Amino acid sequence: MSVDIDTVKRVAKLARIALDDEKASTMQGELNTILGFIDQLNEVDIDGVAPMTSVVDTAMKKRKDVVDDGDRAEDVVANAPEVEDNFFMVAKVIE
Amino acid sequence: MTDLTSLTISQASKRLKAKEFSAVELTESYLSVIERANQTLNAFVVRNDDQAREMAKASDVKLAKGEGGTLEGIPLGIKDLFGTRDVHTQACSHILDGFKPRYESTVTQNLWDDGAVMLGKLNMDEFAMGSSNETSYYGPVINPWRNAGSNQALVPGGSSGGSATAVAARLCAGATATDTGGSIRQPAAFTGTVGIKPTYGRCSRWGIVAFASSLDQAGPIARDVRDAAIMLKSMAGVDAKDTTSVDMPVGDYESAIGKSVKGMKVGIPKEYRIDGMPEEIEALWQKGIEWYRDAGAEIVDISLPHTVYALPAYYIVAPAEASSNLARYDGVRYGLRVDGNDITDTYEKTRAAGFGDEVRRRILIGTYVLSSGYYDAYYLRAQKVRTLIKRDFENVFNDGIDMILTPSTPSAAFAIGDEEMAADPVKMFLNDVFTVTVNMAGLPGISVPAGLDKGGLPLGLQLIGKPFAEEDLFQAAHVIEQAAGGFIADKWW
Repeated sequence: MSVDIDTVKRVAKLARIALDDEKASTMQGELNTILGFIDQLNEVDIDGVAPMTSVVDTAMKKRKDVVDDGDRAEDVVANAPEVEDNFFMVAKVIE
Repeated sequence: MTDLTSLTISQASKRLKAKEFSAVELTESYLSVIERANQTLNAFVVRNDDQAREMAKASDVKLAKGEGGTLEGIPLGIKDLFGTRDVHTQACSHILDGFKPRYESTVTQNLWDDGAVMLGKLNMDEFAMGSSNETSYYGPVINPWRNAGSNQALVPGGSSGGSATAVAARLCAGATATDTGGSIRQPAAFTGTVGIKPTYGRCSRWGIVAFASSLDQAGPIARDVRDAAIMLKSMAGVDAKDTTSVDMPVGDYESAIGKSVKGMKVGIPKEYRIDGMPEEIEALWQKGIEWYRDAGAEIVDISLPHTVYALPAYYIVAPAEASSNLARYDGVRYGLRVDGNDITDTYEKTRAAGFGDEVRRRILIGTYVLSSGYYDAYYLRAQKVRTLIKRDFENVFNDGIDMILTPSTPSAAFAIGDEEMAADPVKMFLNDVFTVTVNMAGLPGISVPAGLDKGGLPLGLQLIGKPFAEEDLFQAAHVIEQAAGGFIADKWW
Protein backbone atom coordinates (compact mmCIF):
# COMPACT_ATOMS: atom_id res chain seq x y z
CA MET A 1 0.00 0.00 0.00
CA SER A 2 1.11 3.55 -0.56
CA VAL A 3 -0.16 6.88 0.69
CA ASP A 4 -1.10 10.02 -1.26
CA ILE A 5 -0.36 13.54 -0.11
CA ASP A 6 -3.84 14.03 1.38
CA THR A 7 -3.44 10.92 3.51
CA VAL A 8 -0.10 12.18 4.76
CA LYS A 9 -1.72 15.46 5.78
CA ARG A 10 -4.66 13.69 7.40
CA VAL A 11 -2.35 11.44 9.43
CA ALA A 12 -0.24 14.44 10.46
CA LYS A 13 -3.43 16.11 11.65
CA LEU A 14 -4.34 13.00 13.68
CA ALA A 15 -0.84 13.00 15.17
CA ARG A 16 -1.04 16.75 15.90
CA ILE A 17 2.12 17.57 14.00
CA ALA A 18 2.06 20.64 11.76
CA LEU A 19 3.34 19.79 8.28
CA ASP A 20 3.74 22.35 5.48
CA ASP A 21 3.30 21.31 1.83
CA GLU A 22 7.00 20.88 1.19
CA LYS A 23 7.52 18.73 4.30
CA ALA A 24 4.39 16.73 3.49
CA SER A 25 5.73 15.91 0.06
CA THR A 26 9.14 14.77 1.40
CA MET A 27 7.37 12.78 4.07
CA GLN A 28 5.13 11.12 1.48
CA GLY A 29 8.15 9.67 -0.32
CA GLU A 30 9.76 8.48 2.90
CA LEU A 31 6.59 6.93 4.27
CA ASN A 32 6.01 5.08 1.00
CA THR A 33 9.52 3.64 1.11
CA ILE A 34 8.84 2.34 4.62
CA LEU A 35 5.36 1.06 3.74
CA GLY A 36 6.82 -0.70 0.71
CA PHE A 37 9.27 -2.47 3.00
CA ILE A 38 6.51 -3.43 5.41
CA ASP A 39 4.42 -4.90 2.59
CA GLN A 40 6.56 -8.08 2.68
CA LEU A 41 4.41 -9.18 5.59
CA ASN A 42 1.60 -9.92 3.17
CA GLU A 43 3.55 -13.04 2.09
CA VAL A 44 3.18 -14.61 5.55
CA ASP A 45 0.44 -17.15 6.12
CA ILE A 46 -1.20 -15.97 9.34
CA ASP A 47 -4.32 -18.16 9.19
CA GLY A 48 -5.26 -19.34 12.64
CA VAL A 49 -2.36 -17.53 14.33
CA ALA A 50 -3.21 -15.59 17.48
CA PRO A 51 -1.82 -12.07 17.73
CA MET A 52 0.82 -11.61 20.39
CA THR A 53 -0.44 -9.87 23.49
CA SER A 54 2.45 -10.49 25.87
CA VAL A 55 5.94 -11.60 25.01
CA VAL A 56 6.52 -13.29 28.40
CA ASP A 57 3.96 -15.71 29.81
CA THR A 58 2.82 -14.08 33.01
CA ALA A 59 -0.42 -13.65 34.84
CA MET A 60 -1.57 -10.05 35.12
CA LYS A 61 -0.45 -8.69 38.47
CA LYS A 62 -3.06 -7.14 40.68
CA ARG A 63 -2.64 -4.73 43.53
CA LYS A 64 -4.88 -3.74 46.40
CA ASP A 65 -7.32 -0.98 45.49
CA VAL A 66 -5.88 1.53 47.94
CA VAL A 67 -4.27 4.93 47.70
CA ASP A 68 -0.55 4.45 48.32
CA ASP A 69 0.88 7.53 46.67
CA GLY A 70 -0.19 11.01 45.72
CA ASP A 71 -0.56 14.53 47.11
CA ARG A 72 2.28 15.73 44.92
CA ALA A 73 0.66 18.39 42.78
CA GLU A 74 3.77 20.55 42.90
CA ASP A 75 5.94 17.71 41.60
CA VAL A 76 3.44 16.96 38.86
CA VAL A 77 3.41 20.51 37.49
CA ALA A 78 7.08 21.26 38.23
CA ASN A 79 8.14 20.91 34.61
CA ALA A 80 5.17 22.58 32.91
CA PRO A 81 5.83 25.60 30.67
CA GLU A 82 3.04 27.59 32.35
CA VAL A 83 1.49 26.94 35.77
CA GLU A 84 -0.84 28.78 38.12
CA ASP A 85 -1.82 27.47 41.57
CA ASN A 86 -0.70 23.97 40.57
CA PHE A 87 -2.85 24.01 37.42
CA PHE A 88 -1.51 23.58 33.89
CA MET A 89 -2.21 26.76 31.96
CA VAL A 90 -3.33 26.69 28.32
CA ALA A 91 -5.04 29.11 25.93
CA LYS A 92 -8.79 29.37 26.37
CA VAL A 93 -10.47 26.25 24.97
CA ILE A 94 -14.18 27.07 25.49
CA GLU A 95 -15.67 30.29 24.13
CA MET B 1 50.49 5.54 39.48
CA THR B 2 48.20 3.54 37.21
CA ASP B 3 45.73 5.46 35.09
CA LEU B 4 42.65 4.73 37.17
CA THR B 5 40.37 4.99 34.15
CA SER B 6 42.08 1.95 32.64
CA LEU B 7 40.60 -0.33 35.31
CA THR B 8 37.51 -2.44 34.75
CA ILE B 9 34.69 -2.30 37.29
CA SER B 10 35.80 -5.54 38.92
CA GLN B 11 39.45 -4.40 39.12
CA ALA B 12 38.55 -0.97 40.48
CA SER B 13 36.16 -2.46 43.05
CA LYS B 14 38.85 -4.72 44.48
CA ARG B 15 41.34 -1.90 44.75
CA LEU B 16 38.81 0.50 46.25
CA LYS B 17 38.04 -2.08 48.91
CA ALA B 18 41.79 -2.56 49.50
CA LYS B 19 42.00 1.26 49.88
CA GLU B 20 44.70 1.54 47.22
CA PHE B 21 42.93 4.70 46.08
CA SER B 22 39.74 6.49 47.05
CA ALA B 23 36.40 6.74 45.26
CA VAL B 24 36.97 10.50 45.01
CA GLU B 25 40.30 9.93 43.24
CA LEU B 26 38.66 7.48 40.85
CA THR B 27 35.81 9.88 40.08
CA GLU B 28 38.22 12.81 39.64
CA SER B 29 40.21 10.75 37.12
CA TYR B 30 37.10 10.24 35.04
CA LEU B 31 35.98 13.86 35.35
CA SER B 32 39.32 15.08 34.03
CA VAL B 33 39.24 12.60 31.13
CA ILE B 34 35.71 13.72 30.25
CA GLU B 35 36.86 17.34 30.45
CA ARG B 36 39.55 16.63 27.86
CA ALA B 37 37.73 14.22 25.55
CA ASN B 38 34.08 15.11 25.49
CA GLN B 39 34.33 18.07 23.17
CA THR B 40 35.70 15.72 20.52
CA LEU B 41 33.59 12.62 21.17
CA ASN B 42 30.31 14.27 22.31
CA ALA B 43 29.35 11.28 24.45
CA PHE B 44 28.04 13.20 27.47
CA VAL B 45 25.27 15.76 26.97
CA VAL B 46 25.31 16.78 30.62
CA ARG B 47 28.06 16.57 33.17
CA ASN B 48 27.23 16.01 36.76
CA ASP B 49 30.59 16.89 38.35
CA ASP B 50 29.39 18.30 41.67
CA GLN B 51 26.93 15.54 42.43
CA ALA B 52 29.46 12.93 41.29
CA ARG B 53 32.00 14.27 43.78
CA GLU B 54 29.39 14.16 46.55
CA MET B 55 28.42 10.60 45.69
CA ALA B 56 32.09 9.55 45.62
CA LYS B 57 32.68 11.16 49.01
CA ALA B 58 29.74 9.24 50.45
CA SER B 59 31.20 6.04 48.98
CA ASP B 60 34.54 6.73 50.63
CA VAL B 61 32.82 7.02 54.01
CA LYS B 62 31.27 3.60 53.51
CA LEU B 63 34.45 2.04 52.11
CA ALA B 64 36.45 3.36 55.07
CA LYS B 65 34.15 1.40 57.35
CA GLY B 66 34.50 -1.71 55.23
CA GLU B 67 30.93 -1.29 54.02
CA GLY B 68 29.45 -0.52 50.64
CA GLY B 69 27.58 -2.19 47.81
CA THR B 70 28.76 -4.14 44.79
CA LEU B 71 29.30 -0.94 42.81
CA GLU B 72 30.54 1.24 45.65
CA GLY B 73 32.42 4.23 44.25
CA ILE B 74 32.19 3.06 40.62
CA PRO B 75 31.64 5.99 38.19
CA LEU B 76 28.96 5.30 35.59
CA GLY B 77 27.44 7.15 32.65
CA ILE B 78 23.64 7.13 32.34
CA LYS B 79 21.79 7.21 29.02
CA ASP B 80 19.63 10.32 28.76
CA LEU B 81 16.53 8.08 28.51
CA PHE B 82 16.67 7.23 32.23
CA GLY B 83 14.80 9.55 34.58
CA THR B 84 17.29 10.97 37.09
CA ARG B 85 15.95 13.15 39.89
CA ASP B 86 16.56 16.86 39.33
CA VAL B 87 19.04 16.09 36.54
CA HIS B 88 18.58 16.73 32.78
CA THR B 89 16.42 13.91 31.33
CA GLN B 90 15.47 14.75 27.77
CA ALA B 91 15.81 11.61 25.65
CA CYS B 92 18.09 13.88 23.59
CA SER B 93 14.99 15.53 22.14
CA HIS B 94 14.27 19.24 21.73
CA ILE B 95 10.69 18.65 22.87
CA LEU B 96 11.84 17.80 26.41
CA ASP B 97 13.83 21.03 26.79
CA GLY B 98 14.56 21.75 30.42
CA PHE B 99 12.92 18.58 31.77
CA LYS B 100 14.22 17.52 35.17
CA PRO B 101 12.09 14.79 36.72
CA ARG B 102 11.12 14.76 40.38
CA TYR B 103 11.68 11.02 40.47
CA GLU B 104 14.41 8.46 39.84
CA SER B 105 14.06 5.49 37.49
CA THR B 106 14.08 2.14 39.27
CA VAL B 107 17.13 0.89 37.36
CA THR B 108 19.28 3.91 38.22
CA GLN B 109 18.02 3.86 41.82
CA ASN B 110 19.19 0.22 42.03
CA LEU B 111 22.65 1.31 40.86
CA TRP B 112 22.85 4.16 43.41
CA ASP B 113 21.65 1.81 46.14
CA ASP B 114 24.63 -0.41 45.28
CA GLY B 115 26.98 2.56 45.59
CA ALA B 116 27.55 3.68 41.98
CA VAL B 117 28.46 7.30 41.15
CA MET B 118 26.73 9.22 38.32
CA LEU B 119 29.18 11.09 36.07
CA GLY B 120 26.51 12.54 33.80
CA LYS B 121 23.93 11.84 31.10
CA LEU B 122 24.87 10.22 27.83
CA ASN B 123 24.01 11.15 24.28
CA MET B 124 21.63 8.95 22.27
CA ASP B 125 19.38 8.98 19.22
CA GLU B 126 16.32 11.12 19.88
CA PHE B 127 13.83 9.01 21.87
CA ALA B 128 16.09 6.01 21.10
CA MET B 129 15.01 6.07 17.46
CA GLY B 130 18.02 5.47 15.26
CA SER B 131 21.01 3.23 14.68
CA SER B 132 23.81 5.79 14.39
CA ASN B 133 23.24 8.37 17.14
CA GLU B 134 22.81 10.97 14.40
CA THR B 135 19.19 11.81 15.27
CA SER B 136 20.17 13.33 18.64
CA TYR B 137 19.22 16.96 19.21
CA TYR B 138 22.71 17.31 20.70
CA GLY B 139 24.55 16.22 17.56
CA PRO B 140 26.27 12.97 16.64
CA VAL B 141 28.60 10.99 18.90
CA ILE B 142 32.01 10.08 17.49
CA ASN B 143 33.24 6.48 17.61
CA PRO B 144 36.71 6.23 19.20
CA TRP B 145 37.48 3.64 16.51
CA ARG B 146 38.62 4.75 13.04
CA ASN B 147 39.70 2.86 9.95
CA ALA B 148 43.46 2.34 9.87
CA GLY B 149 45.17 5.36 8.34
CA SER B 150 41.95 7.35 8.11
CA ASN B 151 40.72 10.44 9.95
CA GLN B 152 37.12 9.96 8.89
CA ALA B 153 34.70 10.14 11.82
CA LEU B 154 32.59 7.01 12.28
CA VAL B 155 29.29 6.53 14.08
CA PRO B 156 29.27 4.54 17.34
CA GLY B 157 25.94 2.96 16.39
CA GLY B 158 22.70 3.70 18.14
CA SER B 159 20.58 4.41 19.83
CA SER B 160 22.92 4.00 22.85
CA GLY B 161 25.81 5.62 20.97
CA GLY B 162 26.89 7.86 23.85
CA SER B 163 26.97 4.85 26.18
CA ALA B 164 29.08 2.81 23.74
CA THR B 165 31.59 5.59 23.01
CA ALA B 166 31.89 6.56 26.67
CA VAL B 167 32.69 2.98 27.66
CA ALA B 168 35.02 2.29 24.71
CA ALA B 169 36.94 5.57 25.19
CA ARG B 170 37.06 5.06 28.97
CA LEU B 171 35.07 8.14 29.88
CA CYS B 172 33.18 6.00 32.41
CA ALA B 173 33.64 2.58 33.97
CA GLY B 174 30.35 1.32 32.57
CA ALA B 175 27.10 2.75 31.22
CA THR B 176 23.39 2.11 31.24
CA ALA B 177 21.69 1.68 27.90
CA THR B 178 18.36 0.55 26.49
CA ASP B 179 17.47 -1.75 23.61
CA THR B 180 14.21 -1.71 21.63
CA GLY B 181 15.47 -3.25 18.37
CA GLY B 182 19.22 -3.51 18.88
CA SER B 183 20.14 -0.25 20.61
CA ILE B 184 22.48 -1.91 23.13
CA ARG B 185 23.98 -4.68 21.00
CA GLN B 186 24.63 -2.81 17.74
CA PRO B 187 26.57 0.08 19.36
CA ALA B 188 28.44 -2.43 21.54
CA ALA B 189 29.47 -4.30 18.38
CA PHE B 190 30.57 -1.05 16.67
CA THR B 191 32.81 -0.01 19.58
CA GLY B 192 34.39 -3.26 20.79
CA THR B 193 32.35 -3.31 24.01
CA VAL B 194 30.03 -5.87 25.62
CA GLY B 195 26.30 -5.14 25.64
CA ILE B 196 23.45 -7.27 26.92
CA LYS B 197 19.73 -6.85 26.43
CA PRO B 198 18.13 -9.00 29.10
CA THR B 199 14.83 -10.87 28.79
CA TYR B 200 11.78 -8.60 28.57
CA GLY B 201 10.65 -8.04 32.16
CA ARG B 202 14.07 -8.64 33.75
CA CYS B 203 14.66 -4.90 34.38
CA SER B 204 11.97 -2.47 35.44
CA ARG B 205 11.02 0.07 32.79
CA TRP B 206 9.66 2.46 35.40
CA GLY B 207 11.08 5.96 35.04
CA ILE B 208 12.66 5.27 31.65
CA VAL B 209 11.26 7.44 28.83
CA ALA B 210 9.06 5.03 26.86
CA PHE B 211 9.62 4.34 23.14
CA ALA B 212 7.89 1.00 22.38
CA SER B 213 6.70 -0.46 25.66
CA SER B 214 6.40 -4.09 24.57
CA LEU B 215 10.00 -4.10 23.26
CA ASP B 216 12.01 -1.71 25.48
CA GLN B 217 14.49 -3.20 27.96
CA ALA B 218 17.36 -1.67 29.90
CA GLY B 219 20.79 -3.26 30.07
CA PRO B 220 24.46 -2.37 30.51
CA ILE B 221 27.26 -1.58 28.07
CA ALA B 222 30.56 -2.56 29.67
CA ARG B 223 34.23 -3.17 28.89
CA ASP B 224 34.11 -6.91 29.40
CA VAL B 225 31.73 -9.77 30.13
CA ARG B 226 32.38 -9.72 33.87
CA ASP B 227 31.60 -6.01 34.18
CA ALA B 228 28.37 -6.49 32.21
CA ALA B 229 27.41 -9.30 34.63
CA ILE B 230 28.13 -7.13 37.69
CA MET B 231 26.11 -4.23 36.29
CA LEU B 232 23.11 -6.28 35.15
CA LYS B 233 22.85 -7.95 38.55
CA SER B 234 22.46 -4.53 40.12
CA MET B 235 20.05 -3.18 37.48
CA ALA B 236 17.69 -6.20 37.30
CA GLY B 237 14.83 -7.19 39.58
CA VAL B 238 11.11 -7.07 40.06
CA ASP B 239 9.45 -3.69 40.69
CA ALA B 240 5.92 -3.02 41.89
CA LYS B 241 5.90 0.12 39.72
CA ASP B 242 6.26 -1.89 36.48
CA THR B 243 3.67 -4.65 36.23
CA THR B 244 5.59 -6.22 33.32
CA SER B 245 8.70 -6.69 35.45
CA VAL B 246 9.02 -10.34 36.35
CA ASP B 247 9.11 -11.73 39.88
CA MET B 248 11.96 -14.18 39.54
CA PRO B 249 15.22 -14.24 41.48
CA VAL B 250 18.10 -12.41 39.77
CA GLY B 251 20.89 -14.85 39.00
CA ASP B 252 24.45 -14.58 40.23
CA TYR B 253 25.66 -13.75 36.75
CA GLU B 254 29.29 -13.29 37.65
CA SER B 255 29.58 -16.81 39.04
CA ALA B 256 28.53 -18.24 35.66
CA ILE B 257 31.69 -16.83 34.09
CA GLY B 258 34.40 -19.43 33.62
CA LYS B 259 32.09 -22.43 33.70
CA SER B 260 32.66 -24.90 30.89
CA VAL B 261 30.30 -24.92 27.90
CA LYS B 262 31.07 -28.58 27.26
CA GLY B 263 27.99 -30.37 25.96
CA MET B 264 26.04 -27.16 25.38
CA LYS B 265 24.08 -27.13 22.14
CA VAL B 266 24.75 -23.97 20.12
CA GLY B 267 22.34 -23.37 17.24
CA ILE B 268 23.46 -21.73 13.98
CA PRO B 269 20.44 -20.29 12.14
CA LYS B 270 20.77 -20.47 8.35
CA GLU B 271 18.44 -17.48 7.87
CA TYR B 272 21.07 -15.14 9.34
CA ARG B 273 23.27 -15.68 6.29
CA ILE B 274 21.91 -12.75 4.31
CA ASP B 275 22.60 -11.41 0.82
CA GLY B 276 25.31 -8.82 0.61
CA MET B 277 26.78 -9.65 4.00
CA PRO B 278 30.53 -8.94 3.95
CA GLU B 279 32.74 -12.03 3.81
CA GLU B 280 34.49 -10.87 6.95
CA ILE B 281 31.29 -11.17 8.96
CA GLU B 282 30.76 -14.69 7.65
CA ALA B 283 34.39 -15.55 8.49
CA LEU B 284 33.99 -14.14 12.00
CA TRP B 285 30.87 -16.23 12.51
CA GLN B 286 32.79 -19.35 11.41
CA LYS B 287 35.53 -18.48 13.86
CA GLY B 288 32.96 -18.27 16.64
CA ILE B 289 31.63 -21.69 15.67
CA GLU B 290 35.17 -23.10 15.87
CA TRP B 291 35.72 -21.55 19.30
CA TYR B 292 32.63 -23.26 20.66
CA ARG B 293 33.50 -26.54 19.00
CA ASP B 294 36.98 -26.36 20.58
CA ALA B 295 35.39 -25.64 23.95
CA GLY B 296 33.37 -28.84 23.69
CA ALA B 297 30.00 -27.41 22.68
CA GLU B 298 27.87 -29.16 20.10
CA ILE B 299 27.17 -27.10 16.98
CA VAL B 300 23.73 -27.66 15.45
CA ASP B 301 22.35 -26.15 12.23
CA ILE B 302 18.90 -24.73 12.89
CA SER B 303 16.19 -22.85 11.04
CA LEU B 304 14.22 -19.81 12.20
CA PRO B 305 12.02 -19.45 9.12
CA HIS B 306 10.30 -16.15 9.97
CA THR B 307 13.53 -14.23 10.58
CA VAL B 308 13.17 -12.11 7.45
CA TYR B 309 9.81 -10.78 8.63
CA ALA B 310 11.03 -9.55 12.00
CA LEU B 311 12.26 -6.19 10.75
CA PRO B 312 9.15 -5.23 8.74
CA ALA B 313 6.92 -6.38 11.64
CA TYR B 314 9.04 -4.32 14.01
CA TYR B 315 8.49 -1.23 11.84
CA ILE B 316 4.78 -1.57 12.47
CA VAL B 317 4.80 -2.51 16.15
CA ALA B 318 7.48 -0.07 17.34
CA PRO B 319 6.14 3.06 15.58
CA ALA B 320 2.58 2.16 16.61
CA GLU B 321 3.57 2.00 20.27
CA ALA B 322 5.75 5.09 19.88
CA SER B 323 2.94 7.15 18.35
CA SER B 324 0.90 6.37 21.43
CA ASN B 325 3.70 6.88 23.97
CA LEU B 326 4.81 10.16 22.42
CA ALA B 327 1.30 11.63 22.41
CA ARG B 328 2.05 13.01 25.87
CA TYR B 329 4.46 15.63 24.48
CA ASP B 330 1.89 18.32 23.93
CA GLY B 331 3.52 21.52 25.14
CA VAL B 332 1.28 21.61 28.19
CA ARG B 333 2.77 19.38 30.85
CA TYR B 334 6.50 19.54 30.28
CA GLY B 335 9.21 20.67 27.92
CA LEU B 336 8.92 22.87 24.89
CA ARG B 337 5.84 24.96 24.10
CA VAL B 338 5.33 26.90 20.89
CA ASP B 339 2.22 29.04 21.31
CA GLY B 340 -0.39 28.90 18.55
CA ASN B 341 -3.78 30.51 17.84
CA ASP B 342 -5.63 27.90 19.87
CA ILE B 343 -4.85 24.73 21.79
CA THR B 344 -4.74 22.47 18.70
CA ASP B 345 -2.48 24.91 16.93
CA THR B 346 -0.21 24.94 20.01
CA TYR B 347 -0.05 21.14 19.98
CA GLU B 348 0.75 21.02 16.28
CA LYS B 349 3.36 23.76 16.34
CA THR B 350 5.03 22.42 19.49
CA ARG B 351 5.28 18.91 18.10
CA ALA B 352 6.48 20.11 14.69
CA ALA B 353 9.25 22.15 16.32
CA GLY B 354 10.11 19.67 19.06
CA PHE B 355 10.44 16.36 17.20
CA GLY B 356 13.26 15.66 14.74
CA ASP B 357 12.72 14.08 11.30
CA GLU B 358 13.17 10.43 12.35
CA VAL B 359 10.80 10.72 15.30
CA ARG B 360 8.24 12.54 13.17
CA ARG B 361 8.43 9.82 10.49
CA ARG B 362 7.87 7.09 13.04
CA ILE B 363 4.97 8.87 14.73
CA LEU B 364 3.29 9.28 11.35
CA ILE B 365 3.86 5.62 10.40
CA GLY B 366 2.51 4.58 13.79
CA THR B 367 -0.51 6.84 13.53
CA TYR B 368 -1.22 5.54 10.03
CA VAL B 369 -1.01 1.83 10.87
CA LEU B 370 -3.29 2.30 13.86
CA SER B 371 -5.80 4.50 12.03
CA SER B 372 -9.30 3.38 11.26
CA GLY B 373 -9.46 0.87 8.41
CA TYR B 374 -5.75 -0.03 8.51
CA TYR B 375 -5.44 -1.58 11.95
CA ASP B 376 -6.14 -5.16 10.81
CA ALA B 377 -3.99 -4.94 7.70
CA TYR B 378 -0.96 -3.66 9.56
CA TYR B 379 -0.93 -3.80 13.34
CA LEU B 380 -2.92 -6.99 13.83
CA ARG B 381 -1.01 -8.77 11.07
CA ALA B 382 2.32 -7.67 12.59
CA GLN B 383 1.32 -9.00 16.01
CA LYS B 384 0.44 -12.34 14.42
CA VAL B 385 3.78 -12.45 12.64
CA ARG B 386 5.37 -11.68 16.00
CA THR B 387 3.73 -14.81 17.41
CA LEU B 388 5.32 -16.80 14.57
CA ILE B 389 8.76 -15.28 15.20
CA LYS B 390 8.56 -16.22 18.86
CA ARG B 391 7.34 -19.70 17.95
CA ASP B 392 10.43 -20.22 15.74
CA PHE B 393 12.62 -19.71 18.80
CA GLU B 394 10.42 -21.87 21.04
CA ASN B 395 10.66 -24.71 18.54
CA VAL B 396 14.47 -24.76 18.48
CA PHE B 397 14.73 -24.41 22.26
CA ASN B 398 12.23 -27.29 22.65
CA ASP B 399 14.45 -29.33 20.35
CA GLY B 400 17.25 -29.03 22.91
CA ILE B 401 19.19 -26.00 21.63
CA ASP B 402 20.67 -24.06 24.57
CA MET B 403 21.56 -20.87 22.76
CA ILE B 404 21.95 -19.37 19.30
CA LEU B 405 25.08 -17.81 17.80
CA THR B 406 24.83 -15.10 15.12
CA PRO B 407 26.74 -12.02 13.99
CA SER B 408 25.66 -8.88 15.91
CA THR B 409 25.49 -6.59 12.88
CA PRO B 410 25.73 -6.97 9.10
CA SER B 411 28.67 -4.51 8.92
CA ALA B 412 31.26 -2.64 10.97
CA ALA B 413 30.76 1.03 11.95
CA PHE B 414 30.04 3.38 9.05
CA ALA B 415 30.81 7.04 8.43
CA ILE B 416 28.90 9.91 9.96
CA GLY B 417 26.64 11.38 7.30
CA ASP B 418 26.58 8.19 5.19
CA GLU B 419 24.67 9.34 2.11
CA GLU B 420 22.97 6.07 1.25
CA MET B 421 21.57 5.70 4.74
CA ALA B 422 20.50 9.33 4.91
CA ALA B 423 18.63 8.98 1.62
CA ASP B 424 16.83 5.74 2.46
CA PRO B 425 15.42 5.20 5.96
CA VAL B 426 15.09 1.44 5.31
CA LYS B 427 18.88 1.14 4.75
CA MET B 428 19.42 2.45 8.27
CA PHE B 429 16.82 0.00 9.62
CA LEU B 430 18.84 -2.92 8.22
CA ASN B 431 21.51 -2.36 10.88
CA ASP B 432 19.18 -4.13 13.27
CA VAL B 433 18.44 -7.13 11.06
CA PHE B 434 20.18 -9.61 13.45
CA THR B 435 19.16 -7.98 16.72
CA VAL B 436 15.50 -7.09 16.23
CA THR B 437 14.24 -10.69 16.25
CA VAL B 438 15.35 -10.94 19.88
CA ASN B 439 13.20 -7.96 20.95
CA MET B 440 10.23 -9.25 19.01
CA ALA B 441 10.48 -12.55 20.92
CA GLY B 442 11.37 -10.94 24.26
CA LEU B 443 14.57 -13.01 24.59
CA PRO B 444 17.93 -12.09 26.09
CA GLY B 445 20.81 -11.30 23.71
CA ILE B 446 24.42 -10.32 24.27
CA SER B 447 26.97 -8.84 21.87
CA VAL B 448 30.62 -9.66 22.51
CA PRO B 449 33.61 -8.24 20.61
CA ALA B 450 35.01 -11.06 18.51
CA GLY B 451 37.51 -9.57 16.07
CA LEU B 452 38.54 -6.68 13.84
CA ASP B 453 37.75 -6.18 10.17
CA LYS B 454 40.43 -5.44 7.57
CA GLY B 455 40.24 -1.73 8.36
CA GLY B 456 40.83 -2.52 12.02
CA LEU B 457 37.25 -1.86 13.17
CA PRO B 458 35.65 -4.06 15.83
CA LEU B 459 33.01 -6.66 14.99
CA GLY B 460 30.75 -8.49 17.40
CA LEU B 461 29.07 -11.85 17.73
CA GLN B 462 25.64 -12.20 19.30
CA LEU B 463 24.37 -14.96 21.56
CA ILE B 464 20.62 -15.38 21.96
CA GLY B 465 19.35 -17.27 25.01
CA LYS B 466 16.18 -18.81 26.37
CA PRO B 467 13.93 -16.54 28.43
CA PHE B 468 15.69 -15.58 31.69
CA ALA B 469 18.80 -17.61 30.78
CA GLU B 470 21.11 -14.61 31.15
CA GLU B 471 23.51 -16.77 33.18
CA ASP B 472 24.00 -19.06 30.19
CA LEU B 473 24.79 -16.04 28.03
CA PHE B 474 27.47 -14.74 30.39
CA GLN B 475 28.94 -18.24 30.63
CA ALA B 476 29.08 -18.65 26.87
CA ALA B 477 30.08 -15.05 26.10
CA HIS B 478 33.19 -15.56 28.17
CA VAL B 479 34.32 -18.27 25.72
CA ILE B 480 34.34 -15.73 22.88
CA GLU B 481 36.09 -13.17 25.06
CA GLN B 482 38.79 -15.65 26.07
CA ALA B 483 39.39 -16.70 22.47
CA ALA B 484 39.19 -13.27 20.85
CA GLY B 485 40.81 -11.14 23.55
CA GLY B 486 39.87 -7.54 24.28
CA PHE B 487 39.91 -4.66 21.82
CA ILE B 488 40.87 -1.10 22.69
CA ALA B 489 40.90 1.80 20.24
CA ASP B 490 44.22 3.62 19.79
CA LYS B 491 43.81 6.96 21.50
CA TRP B 492 43.70 9.91 19.06
CA TRP B 493 41.12 12.11 20.75
